[in-house]
Amino acid sequence: MTKEHANWSPYDNNGGTCVAIAGADYCVIAADTRMSTGYSILTRDYSKICKLADKSFMASSGFQADVKALQKVLSSRHLIYQHQHNKQMSCPAMAQLLSNTLYYKRFFPYYAFNVLGGLDSEGKGCVFTYDAVGSYERVGYSAQGSGATLITPFLDNQLKSPSPLLLPAKDAVTPLSEAEAVDLVKTCFASATERDIYTGDSVEIIILNANGVRRESEQLRKD
Amino acid sequence: MFRNQYDTDVTTWSPAGRLFQVEYAMEAVKQGSVAIGLRSKTHIVLACVNKANSELSSHQRKIFKVDDHIGVAIAGLTADGRVLSRYMRSECINYGYTYESPLPVGRLVVQLADKAQVCTQRSWKRPYGVGLLVAGLDESGAHLYYNCPSGNYFEYQAFAIGSRSQAAKTYLERKFEKFTESSRDDLVKDALFAIRETLQGEKLTSHVCTVAVVGVGEAFNILDQETVQTLINEFEISGEEAPINESNVEQSGGDGDGAAPDQRGAAAEEGAAPMDI
Repeated sequence: MTKEHANWSPYDNNGGTCVAIAGADYCVIAADTRMSTGYSILTRDYSKICKLADKSFMASSGFQADVKALQKVLSSRHLIYQHQHNKQMSCPAMAQLLSNTLYYKRFFPYYAFNVLGGLDSEGKGCVFTYDAVGSYERVGYSAQGSGATLITPFLDNQLKSPSPLLLPAKDAVTPLSEAEAVDLVKTCFASATERDIYTGDSVEIIILNANGVRRESEQLRKD
Repeated sequence: MFRNQYDTDVTTWSPAGRLFQVEYAMEAVKQGSVAIGLRSKTHIVLACVNKANSELSSHQRKIFKVDDHIGVAIAGLTADGRVLSRYMRSECINYGYTYESPLPVGRLVVQLADKAQVCTQRSWKRPYGVGLLVAGLDESGAHLYYNCPSGNYFEYQAFAIGSRSQAAKTYLERKFEKFTESSRDDLVKDALFAIRETLQGEKLTSHVCTVAVVGVGEAFNILDQETVQTLINEFEISGEEAPINESNVEQSGGDGDGAAPDQRGAAAEEGAAPMDI
């Protein structure tokens, strides 16, 4: 007896790639702006990055309806936090909140592959990477989404991250300067765009440092 | 007030058709330290007097931010006020989540009033012992509402609640006609003058009062002590005096009931019950 399978799925994959790199005193969060379904492009101009708090930005690829819902839930929870504690949430606190929120729907998950980037309470860059149900880890850099398999090996090579390739694990934050890191991110996306059909159009880059937030945009191949 | 056989619980009417527990709750508001509010076409200012139990303790927080476009000042049982503020914040967040737009102030005060009314009609509850001055900005303009423990609410151009609020109300009644066109800074100045009236001789410094503003292009924020002290110094140094009290109180206008005198609430049995306002 073969089991009947549903001819309707609550999920869809809107594609796209997200990257984040942590520096000594900055953090770079980037995502392409292509939203697709199947082999079609829905729009070339969709932001996958959301500001959750002054020092926390989340980039998410996957099913954008779930991503939008997740962003709204986290924003509301942050408002409650601000009312109760009279201050903004720190990035590590937001990281834990995101993990709990994802696991809350363990049995009907948010189809969202997240990368959270920001500055910790010492002003150092921090990046947290997640799976769909909330398992997370603080890392020096991360890529998620359809182009992640193309980008991650390249970042491993370039950022010489001591962990998990080298033991004992040292501080994972890259020694690169902010400008070098932004350039590296642009290179990552240019490469991923070549071979991943779901990545392209343009890349939105957010740079977070002690002076505030900066936004950059770079055009990518549109095929 | 007076004790009698009809005031044991909130679900007992008196033969004169009054609910004494509700009236007693309104008394609690009158015992709290003063809170005032005034509005122009584009801004609303809330101010309150901070009472500390002793020199060693901190002040009670009487002004709360509810959302970027709404704030509330309370008088009476501040614990009840805190709980209601939490409710208001929660309602604003949920509305914003569902509709991606700010909760209109008028809706919020109705929900608040209905919540207060429930406590006047359940034998196992008691009315909230706090009066709230809700200041908010929405598409229809700047609004100032007063919510009382009875479940009634009124819109005002300017109002004051709490002990010695009559002095502030008298000042506001004289000045309210020009509030609509006032600038933000003039509005804050008038609020400080009104607060000074209630202090009756005590020196007005930024340690005894708190001021908050919300308006077009300005999210609800509580002014910090230095700013308030600077403003106080400005008008005290310039020798500006709030105009001398006139003995006749002008006919109050504005939406709702204007500044209803405290005396009405303390009327003898044959007087109008406060809820009749």
